[in-house]
Amino acid sequence: MSYKVLVFVKQVPDTQNISGDAMTPEGTVNRAALPAIFNPEDLNALEMALDIKDRFGAEVIVATMGMPAAAEVLRQSIYRGADRAILVTDRALAGADTLATSYTLSCCAKYVGNCDLILCGRQAIDGDTAQVGPQIAEKLKIPQLCYVEEVKNIAGGKITARRAIEGGYEILESPMPALLTVIDANLPRPMNAKRIMKYKRAKTPSEIAKAVPDADQAAAVKAELAAKGLLITELNASDIKAAPERIGFPGSPTKVKQVMSVVLTAGEAKKIEPTAAGIAGLIHELISDHTLG
Amino acid sequence: MSETIGNVWVFIEQEGGKIAGVSLQLVSKGRELADRLGVKLEGILLGNNVAGCAKELYQYGCDKVILAEDPRLEPFTVMPYAKVIMDLIRERKPNILLFGATLKGRELAPRVASEKMAGLTADCTSLEIDDFDDKRNQKFYKDKLMQIRPAFGGNIIATIVNTWDDPQMVTVREGVMKLGEADPSRTGELEKVEVKLSDAETVVKVIERVRADKEVDLQGAQIIVSGGYGVGSKENFKLIHALAEAIGGEVAASRAAVDAGWISHDYQVGQTGVTVRPRLYIACGISGAIQHRAGMSESKKIIAINNDPNAPIFSCAHYAIVGDLNAVIPQMIKAFKAKQ
Repeated sequence: MSYKVLVFVKQVPDTQNISGDAMTPEGTVNRAALPAIFNPEDLNALEMALDIKDRFGAEVIVATMGMPAAAEVLRQSIYRGADRAILVTDRALAGADTLATSYTLSCCAKYVGNCDLILCGRQAIDGDTAQVGPQIAEKLKIPQLCYVEEVKNIAGGKITARRAIEGGYEILESPMPALLTVIDANLPRPMNAKRIMKYKRAKTPSEIAKAVPDADQAAAVKAELAAKGLLITELNASDIKAAPERIGFPGSPTKVKQVMSVVLTAGEAKKIEPTAAGIAGLIHELISDHTLG
Repeated sequence: MSETIGNVWVFIEQEGGKIAGVSLQLVSKGRELADRLGVKLEGILLGNNVAGCAKELYQYGCDKVILAEDPRLEPFTVMPYAKVIMDLIRERKPNILLFGATLKGRELAPRVASEKMAGLTADCTSLEIDDFDDKRNQKFYKDKLMQIRPAFGGNIIATIVNTWDDPQMVTVREGVMKLGEADPSRTGELEKVEVKLSDAETVVKVIERVRADKEVDLQGAQIIVSGGYGVGSKENFKLIHALAEAIGGEVAASRAAVDAGWISHDYQVGQTGVTVRPRLYIACGISGAIQHRAGMSESKKIIAINNDPNAPIFSCAHYAIVGDLNAVIPQMIKAFKAKQ
């Protein structure tokens, strides 16, 4: 028996390593200057899926919703061991909040069909909301197991998993299909050198079209890659039967009223010299005003 | 506007009949919002044998406690909780629903919001009532909940509004909202509601459950010594412990130090950890991303020690020590002991 495991991943700006170049002189974020990375906890979700494949037998499908450039995280997933990958990309998806995103991804899950398990990282570092996983589970009317650390067993149509709770852990048993959100509790395997050699030419139709401007030539390249199993599936909103009023900006109930960039002003801090005298003076001041002691 | 607006609700999280600190903080905030809107504040309390929590909720500001008790609601599992709350929302149409951004709250709120097709904003750092003139869609919304949170790695602060169906739903981290004073004379109304659960919501079984209360209570601490990535190693974190011990403080950490595995998440201060307001906060080797500052900038006195003079932490510090913490911390311990 082989299971079907779908992993949702996201390409995110590396918000944890923001350098000076990433801010414009006006204090807004220059997204182009931020490196795009594989969302860290999505790597943990992929690792869990590949571990399920190793232990119980499974087909691992990785899917992402994003710009055409997000194909990069799909290739990296294939290098690590994913069997196939799907890019959901469409201008109509722009401006999606978590509700519209989860609806779109639930449509993608239905398109893939008959998944036994859907895995997501707990949260993405560009928003830290942790909302999309539970919302996909609700849209598909399946159980959600959140903050999963380890899959204990899969047998008899049920999954048993250990997950974090406040101040401890729980072992939960759930019927499948089920959705798991995965936390940083495993060590994602590195990319496999043989798989990199085999799949480095894997491309989406958008990438082919960009690299080969001539339509006839592009079609030939596409056919060649498809024959070799190197064509990454690319879907738009209508392919996955997503209702236009429920995706992107129109499908998002939350609207941004105002955005303020965080401008760091020079503080009113009193400068203390890092010398014995400077520090003794500071300690004296704090004891005198009863902050210390 | 002739249409009456719904009440303000707070999801009351409890563990073994003890109300979570964040829920009481949200009752305090909810009271303010309800007064501003001229509506009632209601606590939504789920569990089994938890009616005893109601009294404390009235004292902090609830007008009413809506109580759903059932053995299947203990321990917490998300699907039965979501079902009970959805049934209540459909029947009573609250205007605002606040959740603590705990592990429970962060899996429950999105499940409910998804079914209700309502917006949900995570980890708000401020909540206000104001009008929203949506010029893009040429719609005007009166008295909406302004859901304010840092976004995009903390480089921007966004004000978000839910423009679809009520309730307007948010989650808020522990310690972000201030706990008001309890009024022992304040009382309220207890309403027990029938719990309607089917097999569909109870398919997930808890096989084993192991938990202990938190190792530390940072929120109650008056002096906090906090270490960041600049501490350099787990081994070197003993410097932070040594300073805390010398001056009678608690140890805390930034997310970077927790992520590096130097200390457990219980000690994390910031947007995804605990928010603290001690008398003295000493930030050692913490660069001071806004997510961290959001969790400590209201401390009465802040000392920042960092070898980078441009570290953002200095923007909220009262005392700036530009230097190597490996030299500065031992000097502080020595100076304190000398003055004692």
